[in-house]
Amino acid sequence: MNKIHNRQVVCETLMELAKEDRDIVVLCSDSRGSASMKPFAEKYPGQFIEVGIAEQNIVGIAAGLAASGKKPFVASLACFLTARAAEQIKVDVSYSKTNVKLLGISAGISYGALGMSHHSLQDIALIRAIPNILIVVPADRFETRLATEAAARYDGPVYMRLGRNPVEDVYTSSDYEFQLGRAITMRDGDSLSIITFGETVRIALDAAELMAARGINCRVINMHTIKPLDEECIIRAAKETGAILTIEEHSILGGFGAAVAEVVVQNYPVSMKIMGIPDEPAVPGKSKEVFAYYGISPENLCDEAEKLIKKKKAGE
Amino acid sequence: MDIYKDLIKKAAQIRREVIDIVYRSGAGHVGGSLSETDILVALYYKILNIDPQNPEWPERDRFILSKGHSVDAYYCVLADRGFFDKNELLTYSQFGSKLIGHPNRQVPGVEMNTGALGHGLSIGVGMALAAKMDHKNYRVFVLMGDGELAEGSVWEAAMAASHYRLDNLVAIVDRNSLQISGKTEDVMALEPLQEKWKSFGWKVSVINGHDIPSICDALSEDKKVAGVPSMVIAETVKGKGVSFMENDPKWHHGVMSEEEYRKACAELDRMLEVLS
Repeated sequence: MNKIHNRQVVCETLMELAKEDRDIVVLCSDSRGSASMKPFAEKYPGQFIEVGIAEQNIVGIAAGLAASGKKPFVASLACFLTARAAEQIKVDVSYSKTNVKLLGISAGISYGALGMSHHSLQDIALIRAIPNILIVVPADRFETRLATEAAARYDGPVYMRLGRNPVEDVYTSSDYEFQLGRAITMRDGDSLSIITFGETVRIALDAAELMAARGINCRVINMHTIKPLDEECIIRAAKETGAILTIEEHSILGGFGAAVAEVVVQNYPVSMKIMGIPDEPAVPGKSKEVFAYYGISPENLCDEAEKLIKKKKAGE
Repeated sequence: MDIYKDLIKKAAQIRREVIDIVYRSGAGHVGGSLSETDILVALYYKILNIDPQNPEWPERDRFILSKGHSVDAYYCVLADRGFFDKNELLTYSQFGSKLIGHPNRQVPGVEMNTGALGHGLSIGVGMALAAKMDHKNYRVFVLMGDGELAEGSVWEAAMAASHYRLDNLVAIVDRNSLQISGKTEDVMALEPLQEKWKSFGWKVSVINGHDIPSICDALSEDKKVAGVPSMVIAETVKGKGVSFMENDPKWHHGVMSEEEYRKACAELDRMLEVLS
């Protein structure tokens, strides 16, 4: 299995970009280790700013830098960055439309055993309700590179959400077309669609493989940009497959599944199942253990798919 | 000394305009606008290196109104300096106006949207850092309210400014000692304020925030100490210039009756007469 962390890929990509672009600045909040930004800090000390453990300050400083022509990337732990600095993100980044890139590191249940304080399961709901900010969650190391480059090219606020541990690849290279806001159909099918993003894309693909053995033809969509959603792709999935299952490493309240449901219900209502972390402090454990506990495993997803297809046929 | 005489007169004129737009719109934060007026006048007519015809001029000094609620005086000053047409002031706080109750970037001359307290100094730190990185000489000024200093983010920024030796950053506190609920010292005590900022590594001066020559002197570039950010604690009177508003927290965001408006106008008109 791949051993590279996506956060390392972000660092490498930013180092390449910073070589050409002196305006790229990386900011950390005592997080250069946890965000894998040490190599950047060492190679480009003049383009690196340490703010200390102060998330409100780091976002405000980034906004000030952006307003003065810099391209700041704030690499800070997702749980603190989004919740603690929510107001700075709302006012200094969104409202003031500053060109700030927020890198939420170790998001979701990456810090499985550290408990609810370190889980970031509300960030998508929170940022999604703030205008002007794109939300991007790459699935593997290849997509992380493309997403980082795209975020750097995009002139405006972006929240990029990254996990902690190395993840299995879903692509074989970065030699494919990656466009912000344009979902990628990883596997075609017409029995139902699984729409997901980030680390659960791999689980969805594995589930689809199992389903094929059971005679279920599952479409798998990687919705790497959560805001703006690729509505066209979702509506097409509803029309062509008649059932949608979403998976997210996030609370099921106000998150990705809810966002997809908003599109489905207002355009082409079909049976849906939203899988994610229920409204409770998540159980501690390694990502795979936690996912499995909440039914996000290839085997259980097959069962859920069968239930959904039954519902679809019953016209419920 | 003529310049100061003109600035003192300008401040009286701005106060008169503040009273007008606040009365006309039935909204605004008149108390804090009147306490900061002399500081804004010193900045915009003497200190800031700006070009109202070219608000985005890269070499300009930056100003952030962190106490964004006191926008009335700010808009009047920006309009008077020619950033936008004075007639627009008539639309203040009206439906669809750019001139809403807190500064926003739709208004020429406004650098950042503010309103949520405790944000301005961090933004100022970012701008000052950018100037250092680009080897540019512009300075960054941040005007804060004293009640605002209870926000923890202010002290995060205070730490960062001295850590990064931002001598191109000047923070000013409009120390009128009142906030919505009453005296700052009763709501959440700030004193000893000077010592607090000093202990955070800042050069601190305490001035009379209504004495325009003192303000100009404290903000002038030659007062800069290499490697040290500057804090100017400007002692002011909330509601300054209108007798019945002075030192009364009611006027933090009070709305004038017609009679009160007339009285305020009469007082300020008299002041303008004396100054001419």
